[in-house]
Amino acid sequence: MSELRLMKGNEAIAEAAIRCGADGYFGYPITPQSEVMERLMELRPWESTGMVVLQAESEVASINMLYGGAGCGKRVMTSSSSPGISLMQEGLSYMAGAELPCLVVNVVRGGPGLGTIQPSQSDYFQSVKGGGHGDYKLIVLAPASVQEMADFVELGFDLAFKYRNPALILSDGMIGQMMEKVELKPQQKRWTDEEVEKMHPWATTGKPASRDYNIITSVELDSEAHEVFNNKLQVKYREMEEKEVRFETTDVEDAEYLIVAYGSSARISAAAIEILRDKGIKVGLLRPITLYPFPTKEIQRLGAKMKGILSVEMSSGQMVEDVRLAIEGKVKVEHFGRYGGVIPSPDEVADALEQKLIGG
Amino acid sequence: MSVLIEDIKKAENLVHKKSSVLTDKVMHYCPGCSHGVVHKLLAEVIEEMGIQDKTIGVAPVGCSVFIYNYLAIDWQEAAHGRAPALGTAISRLRPDRFVVTYQGDGDLAAIGTAETIHACNRGENMVMIFINNGIYGMTGGQMAPTTLEGMKASTCPFGRDPQTDGNPLKITEIVAQLPGTNFVTRQAVHSAAAVRRTKKAIRKAFEKQKEKTGTSFVEVVSTCSSGWKMNPVDSNNWMEENMFPFYPLGDIKDV
Repeated sequence: MSELRLMKGNEAIAEAAIRCGADGYFGYPITPQSEVMERLMELRPWESTGMVVLQAESEVASINMLYGGAGCGKRVMTSSSSPGISLMQEGLSYMAGAELPCLVVNVVRGGPGLGTIQPSQSDYFQSVKGGGHGDYKLIVLAPASVQEMADFVELGFDLAFKYRNPALILSDGMIGQMMEKVELKPQQKRWTDEEVEKMHPWATTGKPASRDYNIITSVELDSEAHEVFNNKLQVKYREMEEKEVRFETTDVEDAEYLIVAYGSSARISAAAIEILRDKGIKVGLLRPITLYPFPTKEIQRLGAKMKGILSVEMSSGQMVEDVRLAIEGKVKVEHFGRYGGVIPSPDEVADALEQKLIGG
Repeated sequence: MSVLIEDIKKAENLVHKKSSVLTDKVMHYCPGCSHGVVHKLLAEVIEEMGIQDKTIGVAPVGCSVFIYNYLAIDWQEAAHGRAPALGTAISRLRPDRFVVTYQGDGDLAAIGTAETIHACNRGENMVMIFINNGIYGMTGGQMAPTTLEGMKASTCPFGRDPQTDGNPLKITEIVAQLPGTNFVTRQAVHSAAAVRRTKKAIRKAFEKQKEKTGTSFVEVVSTCSSGWKMNPVDSNNWMEENMFPFYPLGDIKDV
């Protein structure tokens, strides 16, 4: 049975993980996302679904536990916030290189360094450009509500297994901490070991006499062979770019100006658009839901009709680079952001659009 | 009188048989290296226990990174030092399987110290095999956490000086103190008798896993002829004279 509940975004992640039949969560406490593991420990899913929940000794250990679990074909996940996600970059690179699926949730806080525990979107580059060493991408989903926090857990797992690649939910401290109504899906069964062995013949499940032994690895010392492998990854990324782009548009039909914003910034921008429309300024919103693959084509198509585009982010200007790459200089693209843990108000966003695109 | 080979190839004349768990790939190890012997023992134990289909191995970074080419069991190749973290998840998500990690000294006792200590302290149900030759072999002979005082390496070319380079780490004694370990032993493979004892220790570590009472830890003090810049015979002698006094052989814990 679906259930309507009021809860924090972080709690929704935990509830959705159990309900979608995740096999394991491995994490390390860090603000502002500790409720994810706290909620899981309260819910004791090992007694109901058999899901494993373990507090690891570090984020480095957590992501490597994901490697081990994913290598067995299991649906495993972790959550953390910016400094912890930085520690996981090595493991994510290895998982991309070993073609292992997993789900990572980043409830972003302001950096650099220890920074602040307040919300931010300053991990965009790290998330969408790879993050660790080597040529690889993560599948990046950007929730803008508690409902999407819950929904993207299952979506993230599905995409991760479809492409055998890590998926990342790029949220922030605001979405993680705020409470909203959320519809939770009914409990689904976890995959049995037999199902895993059938669905994921690549997994290390113990070598039966019927097959050769499986090796999960990212090492290839023959550079020609390694280029061939890298090409295989690139083909996979092109396929994602073709098939998996997700976005949402609002008020774009008559718009003369476009705001591009994701997650928390998209919600603030939606309120800013109401203020601007009350003044007679026709503004629309394009909200990327997948940040990788990025909605480049849609921004190109919509952007061409606009007098100006504003990228609104809680960073000093990261996604704006991808918007500009999409627009190729044909339309003016400006950035507005508050950062270091500061959340902009709708009025600030509305003022910025007027000043930067229309002229004060 | 000529003897036909077919007359000799009889079961009663068989003195050695390659383990069916070992593949036919030619090992890349240097002459005198201990890895090949320990690989063989591990393969024999897995074969003799009949657990080839139930064992999942975790390979390290270091000379034995390609152990997965030599033993026909399912393998995961870990990032440097992280094998116990992988093993933790494998063991918890597949408690019906035997999990074995195989690591060198740099992997297990330097970069992966935290993963080693915490996996053993939680008592993860897995066998951990630790090859200690006091040097980084694969990267070309740099100082390891277990390099002896005065021992030369490319990053301590005048010998390890504890004043500047720190002290050699007895990680096995540390691991033995943790409540999560059920069997901790230190062995070597420098003689036929030692090889037999090491095989018994590996077998015991795997048998212990049937109890699900924690981590079984087998250190093998090993030679690295290339890293030590000695021939294999001198390496064995040097190990006996210098490594064994600091890393004494025998069971450290058995509960």
